[in-house]
Amino acid sequence: MKMRANRLEKLHLGRTAALTTAALGLAMLFGWLVVSQGPMAPIKVTVAKVTQGTLTASTFGIGTIEARRAYALGPTVASRVLRVLVDQGDAVKAGQLLAELDPVDLTDRVTSAELAVQRATSTIRATEAALAEAQSRAQVATTDARRYAQLRTKGFVSQEAVDAKGHEAKAAQAAVDAAAAQVTAARRDRDRARTDVVGMSKLLAQSQLVSPVDGVVSARLVEPGSTVVAGQAVVQVLDPDSLWIRARIDQGQSGRVRVGQPTEIVLRSDPQRSDRGEVQRVDWVSDAVTEERIVNVGFAVQPPTLSVGDLVEVTIHVAERVNARALPAAAVKRVDRQEGVWRVTQGRVAFQPVTVGITTLDGRSQILDGLTDDDEVVVHSEQALQPDARVRVVTAIIGSAP
Amino acid sequence: MINLAARDILHGWGKFVFTGVGLGLLIGVTLSMAGIYRGLVDDGKALLAIGGADLWVVQRDTLGPYAEPSSVRDDAYRSLLGIPGVAAAGNVTYLTMQIEHARGEVRVMLVGFQPGHPGEPGYLVAGRPITRSHYEAIADMRSGLSLNERIRIRRHEYIVVGLTRRMVSSGGDPMLFVPLKDAQEVQFLKDNDALVNERARSAANPAFNRPGVPGLLEAVQASQTNSHQVNVVLLRLAPDADETRVAEQIRRWKHLEAYTRADMDEILVAKLIATSARQIFMFLVILSVVSATIVAFIIYTMTLNKVREIAVLKLIGARNRTIALMILQQALGLGVIGFIVGRTAAALWAPIFPKYVLLLPGDAVRGALLVLLICALASVVAIRAALRVDPAAAIGG
Repeated sequence: MKMRANRLEKLHLGRTAALTTAALGLAMLFGWLVVSQGPMAPIKVTVAKVTQGTLTASTFGIGTIEARRAYALGPTVASRVLRVLVDQGDAVKAGQLLAELDPVDLTDRVTSAELAVQRATSTIRATEAALAEAQSRAQVATTDARRYAQLRTKGFVSQEAVDAKGHEAKAAQAAVDAAAAQVTAARRDRDRARTDVVGMSKLLAQSQLVSPVDGVVSARLVEPGSTVVAGQAVVQVLDPDSLWIRARIDQGQSGRVRVGQPTEIVLRSDPQRSDRGEVQRVDWVSDAVTEERIVNVGFAVQPPTLSVGDLVEVTIHVAERVNARALPAAAVKRVDRQEGVWRVTQGRVAFQPVTVGITTLDGRSQILDGLTDDDEVVVHSEQALQPDARVRVVTAIIGSAP
Repeated sequence: MINLAARDILHGWGKFVFTGVGLGLLIGVTLSMAGIYRGLVDDGKALLAIGGADLWVVQRDTLGPYAEPSSVRDDAYRSLLGIPGVAAAGNVTYLTMQIEHARGEVRVMLVGFQPGHPGEPGYLVAGRPITRSHYEAIADMRSGLSLNERIRIRRHEYIVVGLTRRMVSSGGDPMLFVPLKDAQEVQFLKDNDALVNERARSAANPAFNRPGVPGLLEAVQASQTNSHQVNVVLLRLAPDADETRVAEQIRRWKHLEAYTRADMDEILVAKLIATSARQIFMFLVILSVVSATIVAFIIYTMTLNKVREIAVLKLIGARNRTIALMILQQALGLGVIGFIVGRTAAALWAPIFPKYVLLLPGDAVRGALLVLLICALASVVAIRAALRVDPAAAIGG
């Protein structure tokens, strides 16, 4: 009987111990939850210190491939297209005939002008003959007048007859002058007719569209038979060696971009490769609507299969700082228009204003002033920080993907 | 004097503990429901905390940008910056959309923002801020996206460079932050097929494609692909500025609508999520009543099961006070166990919920007091029953 009571007592004690342990465990779990999950828990943060290294600040923009020199060839007057001799992609030489417009009556007008030259030539000959006749008449009249004058001295003829002959000689001489003027006028007529021929031929040449450069036909816009207005392009020719990139850079990041800076170019059509280039021009005029600066970037070595209008990404290296002190960019916060960091001291945070220099594309911000090398600052935090908040430093707030 | 309650519990401890745990799980469900309700309201408020804005400037006569669509020209911020008291302005777009990633689809709210201006995520839990002006994204943890993951949004591929926490839309969809210009393109520009069809449609329209006016069609087509709109301009005010006065100025002279934080709070909580919040709240009330009833019944039946023991106690001359205290202590003990188990369970399963569950300490304290009060009330009924027990029942059976 006593033994049984003893066993019961033992059992009783064991049960009490087990229950107490369970209750303690539950209480500890509850306590841990209250302290670690609730609002009383310190905010989990990751920290970093200032490190030294080389920083390369870059500016990123997107752009399209464009031809620096592209030629839109079209007529100077409204006309109909007669022939188009080239198609898109054809390589053409300078001076090569690309398209022809219908000259309508221009050829006929050239012929007419040529005929006018011939007629003018005939007229010259006729006036020259008339001049020769007049000269001959004048010679005879002059000789007659001189003879009559000698006869008068001997008294064979009347003074009246002498005067009449003198008048005849003068009139014949005037007729010579008139004929000579006719000849000159006829020559002028011929010159004018010749000039007309040249002018008409020039007009006729305008109907021939020839390539101004060695290049490639980038567009054939009109087919034979269509009518085009003055200035409308029939074919477009571009110079394939003049391809470059017209990149748009956000104004907020464009301040350090200068001509000559090295640039990395990635084509959307071939994102695996990366080409080198450099800034060749920074436009004077920004796009005021999109708030972007236009920057032209040229290739160091032009890739073989470029297409005008291709989307490209450019990364312009705008500045390099050797031995710069830097922090992860996620650490730099802006509070009331003041840039700064949350400095951790003894488990609490305080806002520390800093001066920030350049920021690299991979997220490193240069710290110019405001921090010593031993200061620990918050990089990531579980929630927004307030001054004097309690924090707990962890290596990572969430497991990040490799 | 020995503690009768403790002795009794130790006597039938298994039953007592399991009743307590069952009760705890019930309380846990009730607390979780309260957490779901609080989370719903908090989701709405979290939206306003992001970006540190004091004023929301939206299209006139709309409740935008969260409750109604709103669109504002993206150069409106320039004239807003000229109003006295405005310290900073940021253009922001919002678009809720489905995006695909390597492991499936996720519904997100795409937020277009300008780095360094109001509207940017205030803190990160991993990664870095956006440094390129295009094709980088910051995702909320809830989206399931991880750092350096590539995602495709409409026409372009984006890389996730940073992660945030608790940045969700009023509907609880995680946010995905991208540069403003990209977001404008996503929101206002169409897909390639639609663009091509639209061009063909304008080309077929004789008003836009007139012979003798070369260039007109191109000009018309260019004007169709215009994306200079945003949904809201967020303003941060100077510390000494009066927000209602600035809002009044904007309404009067800029012909836009301006909401203060209090206005937005009202719009979000009272208008946008009001019905679903009330739905959850009604359910919470019913669940609380049901839980209270069940707790009361459990304690009452537990006492009734001990009628014979109470009769014996009475027979050996125990005072009424002793018996009443025993039952009250047991009831309160059950309540304490139930509450601790419930609160622990709620905290443990809260992160598994797809939407945010916010367990407020105030709610927990209120819950604890309520549980103890119900236990005390239930024990009063049980005590009345116990005191009416005939000591003869101990012998007679």
